[in-house]
Amino acid sequence: MDIYREHYLNCSYGVRSWLLTKDHKRIALLFLMSITLFFFLGGAFAVLIRLELLTPQGDLVQAETYNKLFTMHGVIMVFFFLIPSIPSVLGNFLLPMMIGARDLAFPRLNLLSWYIYTIGGLFTLGAVFSGGVDTGWTFYTPYSSVYANSHVIATAVGIFITGFSSILTGLNFIVTTHKMRAPGMTWFRLPLFVWSSYATAIIMVLGTPVIAITLLLVGVERAFGIGIFDPRLGGDPLLFQHLFWFYSHPAVYIMVLPGMGVVSELVTCFSRKRVFGYSFVAFSSVAIAVLGFLVWGHHMFVSGQSPYAGMIFSFLSFMVAIPSAVKVFNWTATLYKGSVSYDAPMLYAMGFIGLFTTGGLTGLFLATIAVDVHVHDTYFVVAHFHYIMVGGTVMAYLGGIHYWWPKISGKLYPEGWARFAALVVFVGFNLTFFPQFILGYLGMPRRYHAYPAEFQVLNVMSTAGASILAVGYVLPMVYLIWSIRYGKTAGDNPWDATGLEWQTPSPPPTENFAATPVVGWDAYDYGAKEEEKELQVV
Amino acid sequence: MIGFPLFPEVASTIASGVDLLYFFLVAITVLFSVLIFALIFYFAVKYRRSPDRKAQQSEGGLGLEITWTAVPFVITLVIFTWGSSLYIANSRVPDRALAINVVGRQWMWKIQHPNGRSEINELHVPVRQPVKLTMASQDVIHSFYIPAFRLKQDVLPGRYVTMWFEPTRPGEYHLFCAEYCGTYHSGMIGRVVVMEPEDFQKWLGGVTEESPVQTGEKLFTNFNCVNCHATGALQRCPQLGGLYGTEVRLEDNSTVKFDEAYIRESIINPNAKIVKGYPAVMPTYRGQVSEEQILDLIAYIRSLTPVKEQTGSATKSTEGR
Repeated sequence: MDIYREHYLNCSYGVRSWLLTKDHKRIALLFLMSITLFFFLGGAFAVLIRLELLTPQGDLVQAETYNKLFTMHGVIMVFFFLIPSIPSVLGNFLLPMMIGARDLAFPRLNLLSWYIYTIGGLFTLGAVFSGGVDTGWTFYTPYSSVYANSHVIATAVGIFITGFSSILTGLNFIVTTHKMRAPGMTWFRLPLFVWSSYATAIIMVLGTPVIAITLLLVGVERAFGIGIFDPRLGGDPLLFQHLFWFYSHPAVYIMVLPGMGVVSELVTCFSRKRVFGYSFVAFSSVAIAVLGFLVWGHHMFVSGQSPYAGMIFSFLSFMVAIPSAVKVFNWTATLYKGSVSYDAPMLYAMGFIGLFTTGGLTGLFLATIAVDVHVHDTYFVVAHFHYIMVGGTVMAYLGGIHYWWPKISGKLYPEGWARFAALVVFVGFNLTFFPQFILGYLGMPRRYHAYPAEFQVLNVMSTAGASILAVGYVLPMVYLIWSIRYGKTAGDNPWDATGLEWQTPSPPPTENFAATPVVGWDAYDYGAKEEEKELQVV
Repeated sequence: MIGFPLFPEVASTIASGVDLLYFFLVAITVLFSVLIFALIFYFAVKYRRSPDRKAQQSEGGLGLEITWTAVPFVITLVIFTWGSSLYIANSRVPDRALAINVVGRQWMWKIQHPNGRSEINELHVPVRQPVKLTMASQDVIHSFYIPAFRLKQDVLPGRYVTMWFEPTRPGEYHLFCAEYCGTYHSGMIGRVVVMEPEDFQKWLGGVTEESPVQTGEKLFTNFNCVNCHATGALQRCPQLGGLYGTEVRLEDNSTVKFDEAYIRESIINPNAKIVKGYPAVMPTYRGQVSEEQILDLIAYIRSLTPVKEQTGSATKSTEGR
């Protein structure tokens, strides 16, 4: 049917050609497979957690097992899915193409990044299957450094190693964005996905070393009894929390900023409009990256930190909410007088805006010290960060995977199923996590294996929602794989989108572009696209 | 199934203030969520794709950008000011607060009343009486959480933290550990029993136990503190009577408040802050004395009156050695 054309998928065959590839697109697919594996493993732990919480008694698994389940759910989802998800898959695949380059600046480092990720992942999986770890993904001391009887060091080593993968990816993105842009591709012509990936890369490079050092110190105290965090050895347990959140709060923005970038691409394409307030959306990413480093203390309002430090962190936390709000308003305004279609990626994007808005606004409760004293470490917090990370990042990730799937695979996914799955995810998500806000204000603490009976109804609702959500996540996996074989041929630009990645064949050739493109237009030039179409009709 | 509450009980003086701010935040959240949801829905329907209309391009507008930066800024300033001032007001301990000690350990709360009555995983307090808890952990970090009072405070090993409340309604309320502390974290729960003052007095007097002051006095002798710190002893060490609550001058001429935290530190790490004019000769008691014993010692030291009035007995006790 098609004339044979060489592209990045069929240019060579065999395991070797994949494991030694330096092509950013193939490395993106290696990451896609690895993180999908981790996503479903982390998801399986979540299923067990929700099943345990169906009844108030701790009856399905033992307390020790339950603690390991939520720890491994957190560790895997945060470090092995959310942080690498959009940057390492979509960023890797798209960043060079979006700026008109043939690859990232350091292709070998890019491959090394995947190997490091895999080795770190195997370490952590080894820890999981040899008995697991029960400290919570936050590794609070002195529990983790002295008292826990589980595989803390092995898990920490896994995370430590994987951190270097993040650093290398970040470094690669920064250098690529600075040095590899095609002629005419000025900073203010960059797609917003590139801006947000760039801001993310800065956080990765500056923040990740801090978590690496922190986990190293936990290991040193645990293995050699050198007093750093345990007061009995002359250490300070709060020091750990400062160091941990100095990375782990910015890490939230590593998770959500790339999602915001994806949404900017989707909203413009499916409303056929240039984004409203381009430079405000672009600079809000940078503002979030910078301010994100100054708010870590809002995790410590009730920790015994000075009340005045608490007030400063509270104030800065409110400030970081503003650039996020600016983005939401600009996306909404982009729809105004657009030409809006409801393809699956757009449904995911609208889902993102709705859930991220809820997640962001409930963040205000947690930034308000007097209210945080009550809801800190309750299900309110659990609900809040799942709205941001799952309602936000995972929605954007799925939207992005659908949107660029024709480019990645050369095939169209089944639109009807995809819209249905987007709807299922949205409904399942809200049913799972909305009741948890109410549970949190009622006072149900997080990380509880058993709970007072009056909290059961809301927990049953949450578990019911989780089962719907699980269906919503399995569906795309099934039909996307199906489409590789049976999907319709996509064509170079099925969405009629702007952006250099759509000006090359699907799937793209290994070198991306036959000739380096010269850019003479702004991003999201849908006005010109529409006129072009009109001329063709006439 | 027992009931299906959607809102927690209100049982402390600060709870309704926190709730009011919470409702304000809920209102802001609903307002903006509805605004965004409605706009997206309206635009998506009104400007849905159709063959006879094309998208109308726009670059954006400075006026709108300034508006939707400034409006959230002002709103967050209001919330910040309200939240912080409420927090500061809530943390001011009234003078007449009843002092109760709390020690957390894996996986129980041990509570000790001033008259010596102690309890585990239960805290009995009188209604309409401010209560100040002085808390420490024996092992990992715990968190003392009473949802009905809208109060929570992490309890740390190696230092004292305090929290106070004034219950407004008799009843029984949940007490949770809110900071993950190991295997039976979810079993580190109990109840706070708020009683009418006369019932509380009855409960408190129900058992005769040694008061912390008496226990502390024995410990003071058993640990040989008395050898140096008693009046008329070798005078190598400061006399402790009447010092509690005062500022003491240190070697570097700075001052430190002679309070629970300072006494505790001086027992565990005596050389950290040496009182001016005395040699650094005290050995550490780290590992020899439990958190409960430290609290007893503090109670005893607090009870000591200034030196002159008690010369006789103290001298006698040292001469005996």
